[in-house]
Amino acid sequence: MTDIALDHHHAAPSGLQRWLFSTNHKDIGTLYLCFSALMFLTGGSFAMVIRAELFQPGLQVVEPMTFNQMTTMHALVMIFGAVMPAFVGLANWMIPMMIGAPDMALPRLNNWSFWILPFAFAMLLATWFMPGGPPSGGWTMYPPLVLQTGMAFPFLIFAIHLMGISSVMGAINVITTVFNMRAPGMTFFKLPMFVWTWIITAFLLIAAMPVLAGVVTMLLTDKYFGTSFFDAAGGGDPVMFQHVFWFFGHPEVYIMILPAFGIVSHIVPAFARKPLFGYRSMVYAVGAIAALSFIVWAHHMFTVGMPLAGELFFMYSTILIAVPTGVKVFNWVATMWRGSLTFETPMLWALSFIVLFTIGGFSGLMLGLAPVDFQYQDTYFVVAHFHYVLVTGAVFAIIAGVYFWLPKWTGVMYDERLGKLHFWLSAISVNMLFFPQHFLGLAGMPRRIPDYATQFTGWNMVSSVGGFVFGASQLIFLYIVLRAMSGKGQPASGQVWEGAEGLEWTLSSPPPHHSFSEPPKLH
Amino acid sequence: MSDTSLSFPLNLPRGVTSISRDAYDLHMIALWLCVAIGIIVFGAILWVVIYHRKSRGAVAASFHDHTPLEIAWTLVPFLILVALAFPATSALMRGADTSAADVTIRITGQQWRWRYDYVNEGFGFLSSLDAKSAEASRRDSGIDPHTVKNYLLEVDNPLVVPVGKKIRFLATASDVIHSWWIPDLGVKKDAIPGFINEMWARVDEPGTYRGQCTELCGVGHGFMPIVMVAMDEADYQKWVATKKTAQATAAASAGRTYTREEMMTQGKAVYERMCVACHQPGGEGIPNVFKPLKASPVANGPLAAHLDTVMNGKTGTAMQAFAGQLSDLEIAAVITYERNSWGNSAGDMVQSAQVKSARK
Amino acid sequence: MDHAATPRYYVPDSSIWPLIGSAGLFVLVLGAALWLNQIAGGQIVTVIGAGIVAAMMWGWFGTVIGESMQGRYSDQVDLSFRWSMAWFIFSEVMFFAGFFGALFYARNYSVPWLGGMGDKGLAHELLWPSFVATWPLLQAPDPARYAAIREAMGAFGLPAINTLILLSSGATVTWAHWALKADKQRQLVIGLASTVALGLLFVCLQAYEYWHAYTAMNLKLSSGIYGATFFMLTGFHGLHVSIGAIMLAVITLRAARGHFTPDRHFAFEAAAWYWHFVDVVWLALFLFVYVL
Ligand code: HEA
Ligand code: HEA
Ligand code: HEC
Ligand code: CUA
Ligand SMILES: [Cu+2]
Repeated sequence: MTDIALDHHHAAPSGLQRWLFSTNHKDIGTLYLCFSALMFLTGGSFAMVIRAELFQPGLQVVEPMTFNQMTTMHALVMIFGAVMPAFVGLANWMIPMMIGAPDMALPRLNNWSFWILPFAFAMLLATWFMPGGPPSGGWTMYPPLVLQTGMAFPFLIFAIHLMGISSVMGAINVITTVFNMRAPGMTFFKLPMFVWTWIITAFLLIAAMPVLAGVVTMLLTDKYFGTSFFDAAGGGDPVMFQHVFWFFGHPEVYIMILPAFGIVSHIVPAFARKPLFGYRSMVYAVGAIAALSFIVWAHHMFTVGMPLAGELFFMYSTILIAVPTGVKVFNWVATMWRGSLTFETPMLWALSFIVLFTIGGFSGLMLGLAPVDFQYQDTYFVVAHFHYVLVTGAVFAIIAGVYFWLPKWTGVMYDERLGKLHFWLSAISVNMLFFPQHFLGLAGMPRRIPDYATQFTGWNMVSSVGGFVFGASQLIFLYIVLRAMSGKGQPASGQVWEGAEGLEWTLSSPPPHHSFSEPPKLH
Repeated sequence: MSDTSLSFPLNLPRGVTSISRDAYDLHMIALWLCVAIGIIVFGAILWVVIYHRKSRGAVAASFHDHTPLEIAWTLVPFLILVALAFPATSALMRGADTSAADVTIRITGQQWRWRYDYVNEGFGFLSSLDAKSAEASRRDSGIDPHTVKNYLLEVDNPLVVPVGKKIRFLATASDVIHSWWIPDLGVKKDAIPGFINEMWARVDEPGTYRGQCTELCGVGHGFMPIVMVAMDEADYQKWVATKKTAQATAAASAGRTYTREEMMTQGKAVYERMCVACHQPGGEGIPNVFKPLKASPVANGPLAAHLDTVMNGKTGTAMQAFAGQLSDLEIAAVITYERNSWGNSAGDMVQSAQVKSARK
Repeated sequence: MDHAATPRYYVPDSSIWPLIGSAGLFVLVLGAALWLNQIAGGQIVTVIGAGIVAAMMWGWFGTVIGESMQGRYSDQVDLSFRWSMAWFIFSEVMFFAGFFGALFYARNYSVPWLGGMGDKGLAHELLWPSFVATWPLLQAPDPARYAAIREAMGAFGLPAINTLILLSSGATVTWAHWALKADKQRQLVIGLASTVALGLLFVCLQAYEYWHAYTAMNLKLSSGIYGATFFMLTGFHGLHVSIGAIMLAVITLRAARGHFTPDRHFAFEAAAWYWHFVDVVWLALFLFVYVL
């Protein structure tokens, strides 16, 4: 029996077969990351149209309908196409290496999870070419408005079903891998933080995505099969959709930030040359955030007219999340405290993550206070909040992670000078882009509008200019990554970074085809 | 009087009601709290970045735990939040009490205008974006929005309320979810089809207060402003009286037979108020989204089908039932207008009596 | 966990099936989307998609069975399958949770509110004055759009019988498991076959119940929130029973060919777990949809 089990370790397949039929966690990780980059460019282009239209009052670039479609597709593509796949890609690459496994637990399932995605997005993006165009009811898809969508409607719903299947299977794979494939001696409380954050993220995915699938199915039957889940005339309630949607939606936003916490928890110790402060409390904090995330959903719905007791409950539970999140922030600061810091590109991104994410968290806390949320809700204040946590949070952490691990993946160092240029351009422009949106919201500018009253012109111009610069600077990133991928640059050692610790750094750069064919020995 | 100087507003308005001031105060507390915590956290980061950098010869310590410290930074934020919860809770409770109102106004959101019904007085009217803004906001209109006064924040018929009285608003919608918000009132509630949401305000100062729909409700979402004029009780009563008289005159003359010209003028007005957002000024609609009326089989075919479409809408599409929103006369007028414009040549005209009998 | 004695973890070679599966799913939903848009050919595309998915399953499972029979799966691989099946079932639980949530919301909030009770009861007075809130909801607020139901679905006719059927099918599958562990081939196959038969009987009775509901009771998907929740919950459950029954049927055939040994039979257990899950969902349904 043993000899049969051993004979499959032959050379890596090449060419098209390598990518289409892959069962290798690194290749699949690369596929995920490339797909994510493509979607980031796509979703980013939609954002550029939004910012161009909002550069000044009046309608110049697109019709209101197209504008709404841009907003809707921008969010769907960014969330489901860019950020989530990027994290799955990083998980694919790093988790087996970090826990000393040869590959993911279910390599074929892994390939399936990935390949569903391009099809799902082909389906979603194809709606641009349909009569009536893509959905325009916002990424939150509230009925009854979303039921006015034309031909694109079932394509939207089914694309979401496919994305859900992909995410759930990916999450199952991560959990199984971590539960079952750890090297001997790798106990749960020795797991690297990125792995920890990912198991908890995977729990969130498995619990939240099926609920989304269910609720969009109800939308489908309401539109085509005469059910009345969201129609008062039949005894339903449009608000019911919002409850079920946000029961998914709030965990979803933590799905997009917990792995980011994990990445930063690797980078900060590496460049502070000091172990992560409060490892256990970090783990508990992530667990607490995840648990709380299931009981705060209606903070997105303070204005729907909930009973008072409900508003109070959701307000309290929401602001409570600041406590475990604070623990994380404080621990990162304590990790750097009396460290020996250097500021290579990954560290710059991680540092700016800590600061800018915290700013996004602060505005989140303000939004959590129901009586003022009445003033903030559905204004640009909310837009500012979630771009701080999503762009300078999730996306910055992804970029940090890519710089951090790129030498490991490709075997060559990226161009440090260009990396720093990319960082400084982005860090400055992103604040120009999103900070003024706080002011716009407070001054009363609603979100999801293609045209606005003239007093909002000033800040919108600033924001748009910031947006164009931010968008353009991502092209530098593209160049840096492609250059490294084509093998140009200084060769990198296995260790890569002086202060980095973990099993992944004991492997060569680039690592062998099967990460750990023999389980490593832990001390 | 084009004013193109840029302004950079920064903060929430303090507003003119107790609710808006509660919100403002809480906002400022939360803001300063965040600033303070930010100074501590970011200050610490700045400190390490400056003093604990390797290039300054810093040598890494190796500590990675400090239980008392960790307990402290869990507990202190928790206590801060508990403290914050008190003003938030009381503000929320004050805002929720809609009892003992002096005036009750029912607000109905529809694509894309508001309807206000004065429940006790028995009259109501629609309030849509004013024509100047609507025109300037068309793509390539050639009109600089800066030359339009209160661009996108002006309506044809503003809501009028008395100062110093407790007003109770009952919000609902006839098609999709809208949300009614005036920042200066500190009041925002979703208007949900099939349900009623309550809110209240007592305005302290006479003036004109503006807001916008704040729930995505389709193409016209950015174009359904809210304007409220708060006036002294006496002025308010006068305004109510004129509204009532106008309503009575309209009702009295509704039954009479109108000439074609009268119908066409009235119909054009109704069309531009109610239908133009979807079916467009030239009746061409928006391809594959909103059907054209120009050369439409309905607008050129039998009258009954046309009446039915406009009065009862088309279920499952954006075309809503207008029977409950327009008077007999208005329906008659707009149908007449549609049947005789843009090259449509049904040639016939409709009188309000016909609409009346078409009502079930 | 000590893997010292076990062989290396089996990492399969590249495989064509995942890609075919993705393409199949795509064609399937593409067809459905065209169909819903009433575009000619939609049905055909749907069927083709379903065919591709079925072919993928045939091929993929076939590969897995082959590998399993060759003894490539160590205990560790077996454990991977167990974890992943368990979490997959959990994801299914959450899928149903969404629909149960809708039922719960309708019964406790929206219907009472529309009937004038509770915090948002004002809707009754101003918008739905003639609506009477009851559960089961026979007449929706707007009779013109949602026609009245003649009577509600009782709990103690067919549904009770169906409950018994599903419960006994749970017993037969366990009986089969005992047989497998005791290496009693005949009892195993009989146990499995009767489980499948009971499952099919359940589906048939359910289909009859639907027919009765539509024709005699005027209880339809489009009968307002009661009909909507009733059919969506029982319908998705019925779909899962059918999937479970197909899984068990395959397992029965494999058992008949002697694929399982008393200590290696994960495929059997996976199907059995799934079956128990379907059972438990039914109990929840019986309680919340029929009895209460
Ligand atoms: C990565 C994504 C992400 C993350 C991490 C968060 C984090 C948080 N969010 Fe955010 N949120 C979104 C993504 C995210 N959000 C999105 C996408 C939307 C809009 C969706 C839509 O409508 O389209 C949204 C909207 C949104 C709303 C609804 C607004 C509205 O529509 O009216 C609210 C309201 O409560 C809210 C609250 C919070 C809170 C309290 C946190 C907390 O987790 C933040 C906690 C962090 C901190 C507080 C900072 C660090 C803490 C310390 C330094 C400790 C000390 C601090 C104190 C004691 C204050 N968010
Ligand atoms: C992870 C999620 C994510 C990310 C990364 C982003 C990134 C960006 N978002 Fe995002 N956004 C959302 C999630 C996200 N957004 C969500 C959930 C909503 C709510 C939607 C709704 O209301 O339903 C929203 C809504 C939203 C709005 C409000 C729209 C409205 O209310 O009508 C705006 C407006 O400025 C905006 C802008 C931007 C910009 C400028 C970026 C930039 O960071 C993008 C930068 C990237 C690029 C530009 C691509 C790379 C570069 C190129 C392709 C080269 C070409 C570049 C140039 C020509 C300059 N977004
Ligand atoms: C919110 C958008 C919207 C508004 C406002 C609107 N309509 Fe429509 N209208 C539609 C849509 C969408 C259709 C197509 C319905 C269908 O698919 O059958 C339509 C169809 C029609 C038709 C039938 C056209 C045909 O050829 O089938 C007529 C007549 C009509 N509308 C008249 C009006 C009148 C009169 C008004 C104003 C009082 C109005 N509409 C306002 C969206 C709107
Ligand atoms: Cu009405 Cu937005
Ligand atoms: Cu949230």
